[in-house]
Amino acid sequence: MADVQTSKAESTIAKAIKEGLFAAALALGLFLLIVGFRTDQNIRNELVLNQRWGLLAIFVLVAGFGRFFLTAYVTPWNAARAAKKRTAVAKEAKEQSSFRKSFPKIGLAILFIYPFLVISILAAYNGSMMGGLQGSLKYVDNFGIQILIYVMLAWGLNIVIGLAGLLDLGYVAFYAVGAYSYALLSTHFGLSFWLLLPMAGIFAALWGIVLGFPVLRLRGDYLAIVTLAFGEIIRLVLINWTVVTKGTFGISGIAKATLFGIPFTPGPGGFANLLGLPNSGVYYKIFLYYLILFLALLTAWVTIRLRRMPIGRAWEALREDEIACRSLGINTTTTKLTAFATGAMFGGFAGSFFAARQGFVSPESFVFLESAIILAIVVLGGMGSLVGIAIAAAVMIGGTELLRELEFLKLVFGNDFTPELYRMLLFGLAMIVVMVWKPRGFVGNREPSAFLHKRKMISSEFTKEGHG
Amino acid sequence: MVSEVQKNNSAILRVERLSMKFGGLIAINDLNFEAKRGAITALIGPNGAGKTTVFNCITGFYKPTEGMLTMTRQNGEEYLLERMADFVITKKAKVARTFQNIRLFSGLTVLENLLVAQHNPLMLSSGYTILGLLGFPTYKKAAADAIEKARFWLEKINLVDRADDPAGDLPYGAQRRLEIARAMCTEPELLCLDEPAAGLNARESAELNKLLLDIRDETGTSILLIEHDMSVVMEISDHVVVLEYGTKISDGTPDTVKNDPKVIAAYLGVEDEEIVEMLEHAEAAGVDDITAAVDLMSTEAIQELEETHPDAPVASLVATGPARPIRPAVAKKQSVAKVAKATKVSEDAAPAKAVPVKAPPAKSPSAKAPAATKVSVAKPVAEKPTVTGASAVAKKSAPKSAPAKAAAPQIKAGATANALAAPREGKADRLIDIKGIGPVNERKLNEHGIFHFDQIASWKKADIIAAEAYLAFDGRIAREDWIGQAKALVKASQKKPAPKKSGGAK
Repeated sequence: MADVQTSKAESTIAKAIKEGLFAAALALGLFLLIVGFRTDQNIRNELVLNQRWGLLAIFVLVAGFGRFFLTAYVTPWNAARAAKKRTAVAKEAKEQSSFRKSFPKIGLAILFIYPFLVISILAAYNGSMMGGLQGSLKYVDNFGIQILIYVMLAWGLNIVIGLAGLLDLGYVAFYAVGAYSYALLSTHFGLSFWLLLPMAGIFAALWGIVLGFPVLRLRGDYLAIVTLAFGEIIRLVLINWTVVTKGTFGISGIAKATLFGIPFTPGPGGFANLLGLPNSGVYYKIFLYYLILFLALLTAWVTIRLRRMPIGRAWEALREDEIACRSLGINTTTTKLTAFATGAMFGGFAGSFFAARQGFVSPESFVFLESAIILAIVVLGGMGSLVGIAIAAAVMIGGTELLRELEFLKLVFGNDFTPELYRMLLFGLAMIVVMVWKPRGFVGNREPSAFLHKRKMISSEFTKEGHG
Repeated sequence: MVSEVQKNNSAILRVERLSMKFGGLIAINDLNFEAKRGAITALIGPNGAGKTTVFNCITGFYKPTEGMLTMTRQNGEEYLLERMADFVITKKAKVARTFQNIRLFSGLTVLENLLVAQHNPLMLSSGYTILGLLGFPTYKKAAADAIEKARFWLEKINLVDRADDPAGDLPYGAQRRLEIARAMCTEPELLCLDEPAAGLNARESAELNKLLLDIRDETGTSILLIEHDMSVVMEISDHVVVLEYGTKISDGTPDTVKNDPKVIAAYLGVEDEEIVEMLEHAEAAGVDDITAAVDLMSTEAIQELEETHPDAPVASLVATGPARPIRPAVAKKQSVAKVAKATKVSEDAAPAKAVPVKAPPAKSPSAKAPAATKVSVAKPVAEKPTVTGASAVAKKSAPKSAPAKAAAPQIKAGATANALAAPREGKADRLIDIKGIGPVNERKLNEHGIFHFDQIASWKKADIIAAEAYLAFDGRIAREDWIGQAKALVKASQKKPAPKKSGGAK
């Protein structure tokens, strides 16, 4: 038995070596002229042939060793895994591990202490409190706030797509409505952020209903196209209605949010001055961080509550089977409209927050790409799952922000290399990988909204994505 | 008529002059029926008869082209369903339905499915979500009540243990029961079930019967059901309405309906060869049950066909008529069996139709029939005594074995000159081999003393007129050259005497 195994292992290695050598030879033949030689012009406009044997060697070695490792290790490992999977009896839907169960709580705790965590770590690193405060700006603003905006937007879109199963490609329009509502009303009428925040949400919800009415009869692809068009209409109106929106110049100098009347300005009466703290822009950022955290958690709380309400169940039932819904006396028209309006409302909240944070809005912030990113986050996270969506937002948005930090890549690829330009490429790659690995997103399982004996997660194979 | 019906308070649903047209297709044509309060009304009919269309009209999924659907609720409120949107019908008129292809919310748990069905009352108690969102106690209580109600129905359908499993994970029979329970959670007064027993095994459909009877007796809900499973229909329904091609062909208690020859014809179809036998057997009225009567046909159905298409032979109507019902497999089998008996063909011989036709009838070589006198002679198709209780096989064999028809009725008035009292040698030729003569015509000819090709071949002008008079068509005999055909058939049979058949073909 042992003999057989060793001979088998040897034969695998031998086969791998053979295939590796073959791949190397193939690469040599292929790249010899393409990579090995390079023609350049010298100063006298003469053609010179540069020989690049080192680079060719790298290509050939990568091909050879790559093939060797693939045949020797990766393929047998894959086969063994598949065999193991086959023998394993189809298990009951796995009990959630204690880590997964407590993950939302742990995550929430980390989110709440995140700014102070960053400040204290940086303070310890720099050796001074002020250094910690200034250094934390980037982490709180670029990472914390940016990610949380997208978490909130994705959670809002999740109501429309994940629960009600209505594919909305124009979600960013509601974000724009919220942002412009705040920008215009605060610059023209000087209304405060706290008044305009709910108003922005209401305006966006109204626009959600306006969009909802014409698309009620549409399903699937058609719905997606019309919502996409709606998003574009809003953006084009913002660009072309220059009298009100100042077109592509955008609206600048939007009033900042205040902490119940206390402005975050340096000087007397400001937040730092009142508390006797050293002046710093970081307080405002920390305030914004907690504000968006609160708004995002409000979205989550409402979503969780709504799922246990009849309307939330009707949304999910609508996603599963619209005709059956109607046969049970559910008015699918109002049900769809409430889904659109609720989702849009959170988009509006996020929009007004965005305007307050940036102090500047322009139509460029509300392009289709934004809708696509939010949709991608919802799909990657797993439709309907709040935790999954939050993780997806952190990975996608945090990942692209992280790319800016990768300065060392310039050493490898030269000084012209700007990693953030590649973020869409990486975005796409990540989506493909996740969709192959987990077709229903990070968290595909659905949590039931009510139970008789025991709360069991529902496997994604039973839930539907909705028809439109 | 309307006012008369309206006085009748026992009807929970009145369907009056209901018509539904899809373009040129008439799915329902002028349908009238009633569903009684507290009763189980079954709507049956062959595939494509329009049953599901009736359901879709009642539940508002289709808007009927014409007609009135009146739902009378327990409290006396009347709703005209054809004017209401589908969800309003469930909400206000309290009509709930299930679907032919199960439509559960497969990604929701069994319990959630039942909670979704209680959407409207829960919506009210949650103050249209707002009060519920703020955590008012009314919603909490209503939600607990809703779960209790769901538990009640889960106990009824034996699914309490699986309450927290996704509905899509349930076996088929359980999904059917869950769909019924879900419909019941809307607290309907009329429950419309579209083929609830489809795909259930015998035990499951027995359970279903019990469940439906329970629902009727305990909650007082009236039930309207479409069903193909006769064991369900006959066992539990109080009233049966039979549809064919969108028209009602029968209406009454299960017993009257199952003995209705029209229903039998609708269900079993009308096949050329069978008609010949059916003509006799159906009249014998030995039909005591649908399944035993598979080989019996309705003469009335055929006559009706003939009346509506006087210019076409029944055989062609039957064979090529628009969208004949697909005959149940059992009918085919039985006819194969018949053939086997007659011609010793193995039962497996597939196209039952072809075998008896091809075999030329055994007949006497005598060319010309002696001019028959108009004496009273035995009616060829006699009423057969003693077959009523007998099995199907006995029924079939009885007439075949009797060479001369025992009784002595008269040849009908208006017979042609060469009419015979009885077929020679007790065997008639297969007159339907003549193109243009269908089973009904054959029977009529037989009744008028025409049994053999040579008789037709020798017809004179006066005979043709006489025959056309009783066959009720003009010019057909000449147009289709019956005489020429008959002559050819006479020749053929003379040339090649038919192999003797034990049973004797008709």
